[in-house]
Amino acid sequence: MCDRNEYIPSAYEIKDVVKQTDAEYTFRVAYSADVKPGQFFEVSIPKFGESPISISEIGPDYIDLTIRKVGRVTSEIFTYTGGDKLFMRGPYGNGFDLDVFKGKELIVAAGGTGVSPVKPVIDYFAANPGEVTSCKVLLGYKSQQDILFKNSLANWTSSLDVSLTLDRAEEGYGGRVGFVSALVPGLDIANPPEAQVIVVGPPAMITSTAKEFLNRGIAISNIWISLERRMCCGIGKCGHCRINDQYVCLDGPVFNYEKGVNLVD
Amino acid sequence: MGLVLSASRFGKLMEEWSKKYDIYAPALFEGSGPFSDTDQVRYAKVTSLEEIVFDKKSNYPFKEAILPITQVLFYFTEDEVREAAPRGRDAVIFLRSCDFNALRSLDAIYIRNVIEDHYYKGVRERAKFVVMGCESSFDNCFCVDMETNTCSGYDAYIHLEADSVTLDIVNPELADSFSFESGENAQITPKFVTATTTRVNIPGNLDASVAGSDMWDEYHTRCTSCGRCNFVCPTCTCFSMQDVSYTDNGKCGERRRVWASCQVDGFTDMAGGHSFRANKGQRTRYRVLHKVYDFKKRNGYHMCVGCGRCSDACQEYISFSACVNKLEKAMGVK
Ligand SMILES: Cc1cc2nc3c(=O)[nH]c(=O)nc-3n(C[C@H](O)[C@H](O)[C@H](O)COP(=O)(O)OP(=O)(O)OC[C@H]3O[C@@H](n4cnc5c(N)ncnc54)[C@H](O)[C@@H]3O)c2cc1C
Ligand code: SF4
Ligand code: FES
Repeated sequence: MCDRNEYIPSAYEIKDVVKQTDAEYTFRVAYSADVKPGQFFEVSIPKFGESPISISEIGPDYIDLTIRKVGRVTSEIFTYTGGDKLFMRGPYGNGFDLDVFKGKELIVAAGGTGVSPVKPVIDYFAANPGEVTSCKVLLGYKSQQDILFKNSLANWTSSLDVSLTLDRAEEGYGGRVGFVSALVPGLDIANPPEAQVIVVGPPAMITSTAKEFLNRGIAISNIWISLERRMCCGIGKCGHCRINDQYVCLDGPVFNYEKGVNLVD
Repeated sequence: MGLVLSASRFGKLMEEWSKKYDIYAPALFEGSGPFSDTDQVRYAKVTSLEEIVFDKKSNYPFKEAILPITQVLFYFTEDEVREAAPRGRDAVIFLRSCDFNALRSLDAIYIRNVIEDHYYKGVRERAKFVVMGCESSFDNCFCVDMETNTCSGYDAYIHLEADSVTLDIVNPELADSFSFESGENAQITPKFVTATTTRVNIPGNLDASVAGSDMWDEYHTRCTSCGRCNFVCPTCTCFSMQDVSYTDNGKCGERRRVWASCQVDGFTDMAGGHSFRANKGQRTRYRVLHKVYDFKKRNGYHMCVGCGRCSDACQEYISFSACVNKLEKAMGVK
């Protein structure tokens, strides 16, 4: 049995930093080992601490981490630029199993920073649209300033059916207004009992959106969610992320909704 | 190897052990108890039989001997991290049957929960366990109902008689370089309690619906979220990370882990102001159901070993066993 010390982070080179919004930057990090959509890394900055961060893009020799500046660790990361070294450990978590979605009608609903963890799934099927019967993407943001991954959005639109909605009406915006969940009732779903659905966002968004999908006849076992909880280790030891008998860091963050709906925090 | 030794001969054996091992055992700390003018029994490094407390339950469990309250994981400089050196010496740990059973739960989390914890494993593999017999149970103990009153697999067993020490050395390494006299050999029977005054009944058909019961509400008003129940529990293992820098410019420092409590504010805090279980009754539910339901679902046996320390330590006199005994009635009742 290997006696690996999981707590020791390693240094990875930052290749590039791209500003998404005022508070969210994408850090492209040199990385070429195996990693799955939906997994996360513990970005681990000595002196500042650690933050679990989802992988927002998987490249041949890099991964992207899209980080929102909210506190101690994330503010420190925002001082980093291309060429700097970023300490990380991971990848952790189960991630999404793409095979489950292949050959199926797929609907992805994501809100705000919740778009990050599913972005590699959307990227994959945007590049390989023939591997699903259809793929619809429903994205919700607070305002125009909060829209993430604008560059990818153009890409996705060429091969997938993408709808975007903002929480509030704004000047100069002619698109849809309302929560992501409100898009579900009007959705054209060819074969609801067979369709696969991913819902990622804040807890209230997950609950309300999943409910709309259930109302549309989607099977509960075909709904997948990704959860965020406080984490201090990422490896099933610190206990902070535990819900009932499940560890979000080990057994999740992706859960089948049949199990997820019954988790009582 | 069953043995009956005089106190002075056992003292000699401890001297021998001390050459190789750090010996951890329950010891008396006068005047530092949870209530005013009370003493406290806590784990400490000992070298003699006199220091070991046999006739009281330790207020704190053995876990701090293998999972320190604060543990340095690594040191860092500007561009390098260096693992903290493991503790120098192997350990001999004196503990009772309940605590020895608690080790199983620590192992479940720190070794068997998918990824091994390098630090725990290192110390654990270098520790030997001496189980102290129990003449009778203490206040609030309910080990018999938790099936932790007996144990096997220990490195040695010990109990005291009026003027002798009864010992069963199972691991021959503990008898290394010590010659026992033939008159010291004896047939010994470990003392394990077979009945406790405090009893618990964990319903066999307990299910998650009990989380929705109103039985938890009273704890919202009674519990002050001090977290003592977690710190005295031999099976509570949660921690938080802490980075400390030594110098003003912060370039050098260490990352540590520090015991954490699921009862204390902040345990679930996330960015954006989200948190879970603001209600203290729900925190009690989270802790109690982990001990007697959720952990078992994952690992096949109960986490709680029935030591009763959480009840002993609670300043609001919240009894863990009384709470567990409410589960049956609370099932299916909203
Ligand atoms: C599986 C997972 C994936 C995540 N993916 C992303 C992502 O892709 N992009 C992103 O920007 N953020 C992500 N987060 C959230 C991110 O981890 C936190 O915002 C970050 O840890 C805050 O750290 P900080 O030191 O900057 O903030 P702090 O100064 O520590 O505190 C700011 C706030 O963040 C909370 N917080 C601190 N540590 C954690 C933690 N470990 N987990 C959750 N909240 C915490 C604090 O309680 C406080 O409310 C993810 C979280 C999880 C659990
Ligand atoms: S929950 Fe209470 S009685 Fe059970 S092992 Fe922990 S401290 Fe002892
Ligand atoms: S993050 Fe520590 S147990 Fe999951």
